[in-house]
Amino acid sequence: MEQLLDGFATALTPTHLLLAAVGVLLGTAIGVLPGIGPAMAVALLLPVTYGMEPTGAFIMFAGIYYGGMFGGSTTSILLNTPGESAAVVAAFEGNPMARKGRGAQALAAAAIGHFTGGIIGTILIVLLAPFVAKHAVDIGAPDLFAVMVLAFIAVTSVLGASRIRGFASLLIGLTLGLVGLDEMTGQQRLTFGSLHLADGIDIVVVAVALFAVGEALWVAAHLRRKPFEPIPVGRPWLSKADLKRTWKPWLRGPVIGFPFGAIPAGGAEIPTFLSYVTEKRLSKHKDEFGKGAIEGVAGPESTASASAAGTLVTMLTLGLPTTAVAAVMLAAFQQYGIQPGPLLFQRESGLVWALIASLFIGLTLLLVLNLPLAPLWAKLLRIPRPYLYAGILFFASVGAYAVNADIFDLLLMFVIGLLGFGMRRYGLPVLPAIIGVILGPAAEQQMRRSLQLSDGSLTGLVNSPMAVIVYVIIVVILFFPLLKRFLPKPPAAAEPEREKVDA
Amino acid sequence: MTTETLPERKNWLREHSELGICALLVVLGVLVLTDAMSIPTDFAQRGPVGPKAVPILVGSLLLIVAALLARDVLRGGKGEAEAGEDVDLSAPADWRTVLLLCGAFLANAALIGVVGFPISGAILFWGAAYALGSRNLVRDPLIAAGLSIFTFVVFNNLLGVPLPGGPLMEVF
Repeated sequence: MEQLLDGFATALTPTHLLLAAVGVLLGTAIGVLPGIGPAMAVALLLPVTYGMEPTGAFIMFAGIYYGGMFGGSTTSILLNTPGESAAVVAAFEGNPMARKGRGAQALAAAAIGHFTGGIIGTILIVLLAPFVAKHAVDIGAPDLFAVMVLAFIAVTSVLGASRIRGFASLLIGLTLGLVGLDEMTGQQRLTFGSLHLADGIDIVVVAVALFAVGEALWVAAHLRRKPFEPIPVGRPWLSKADLKRTWKPWLRGPVIGFPFGAIPAGGAEIPTFLSYVTEKRLSKHKDEFGKGAIEGVAGPESTASASAAGTLVTMLTLGLPTTAVAAVMLAAFQQYGIQPGPLLFQRESGLVWALIASLFIGLTLLLVLNLPLAPLWAKLLRIPRPYLYAGILFFASVGAYAVNADIFDLLLMFVIGLLGFGMRRYGLPVLPAIIGVILGPAAEQQMRRSLQLSDGSLTGLVNSPMAVIVYVIIVVILFFPLLKRFLPKPPAAAEPEREKVDA
Repeated sequence: MTTETLPERKNWLREHSELGICALLVVLGVLVLTDAMSIPTDFAQRGPVGPKAVPILVGSLLLIVAALLARDVLRGGKGEAEAGEDVDLSAPADWRTVLLLCGAFLANAALIGVVGFPISGAILFWGAAYALGSRNLVRDPLIAAGLSIFTFVVFNNLLGVPLPGGPLMEVF
């Protein structure tokens, strides 16, 4: 508790407050812009923080993360085209509401939902993270390796339409992660004698290339010549009757969102859908669902923010990213030479608590700034697409060049960007690749450390109860693809709606 | 005979262009495996598992996944192309735009060391906007120059992230 208060003292200094506000605004703006999700936002904004001290940088990132989540739902509601998977569900009810002239209420339900879900989620971080970190210190190399393998398998199997394509993506990521000097022996791997490659491929370059360059090229190949017209909207507000219908969904959201965010199941996609189904079942206005039921916006949006908070618990205490944004944030930590994990709360306690305090501040700023600014954000949707995607390539180049001031990184980013283009064309998901690049080297270290302890015997990988349990879960995931049939497929459900708008 | 089979073969290849991904995976796999074989392990090894083990595992898995993916494609499986806000999948791919974009991107990489970021960045932005269909000969270059110089000043002077100024910035 005392540490949290110290955190607030750090986060409430004028510079940090300003950074939090800038982060929230940039995050929302970028989240609203079509074609840019929160992961790309954080990746593109990494270079902005190269010259900053880590605390300020992470305060800003926290703002960008939550802001990006909120911005994404704005696109869903006003355009009916979710920019990222977490916001797919917001389009189900939010867009019909907007078309009925209740866009202002939909945005308000989303904004307050994000605030409630985020605050409850952050309170849970305060309560749970130190506890998890304390116990995670005792976790050994075999357990960590098992958990990382679980992350690999979960991220390729739970999400996406095709497992084999998920695995192909993961392996591409692992291959990129191999490049450079082997950390234990200093041997060169896949460097082909190049000095540039000996340091390994910078994660920032990979992330920006896959998210930004690949996306810009892919959109360019199929650019919609007539962009969707956003629905004009006024200042968000809620009537008493709306409030009566939304407060319970807001509070239920975190119950579903937080645990799902904390496990490696791909972030907000599944929990937001579960929340939608739950609200539909519990609502007194079932007939309104599909035509603009406000509960269907309030619940999932609160869930999305809470799942972002859950993601942070796993990322900070175990060093395990469960979503693309968390993966890029982990890369940002590594940039500063800080390794998230059980020891983070001891070694960097000041930084962590300032970061957590800034989450509360960021969420409050988000609510205060975004309610009045909503009509302005809606205008961003009209940005000419050539400028938007030219701007993405422009800032991607700035970011990649700024890492090492080396033209080689630009060329590397170009090649990996082409790879990202191909992956989008043939339905290879990007998330497994990015997780593979970031976690691959760490997983290898843990595996070799475990086997060193056991003197090369493979039993060294399964000599703790936790590792065994994790491997059992992995086997379940691998051999019961049937389970997936019971999970709903959000994109398929959204399809008919979208076509209606086209017509 | 050949006049009949040629377009047919072309069609078949187009239908199964995803096999290119399999080929890419095979190339990567072979690359990773041959590189792993060439790592000397007799010295400097600590512990029972050397630097070879993981590359060999990854390389073999790449080959296996390539084979499984090929089987899936030949059986009629198709990867879903990614949808998005500004993506219109009903239109065929516009390769001219993509190539022009690549050109703008590479022009920046080629020029940044010679003429500095303010100029090369502006060329990148203007080139990319032109490629994507913007044809305003007054507004486009103005925005490109403004954005490029603004970014340079913000990064170089405010954020402490050095970018090459080039001859243009030496004047000031």
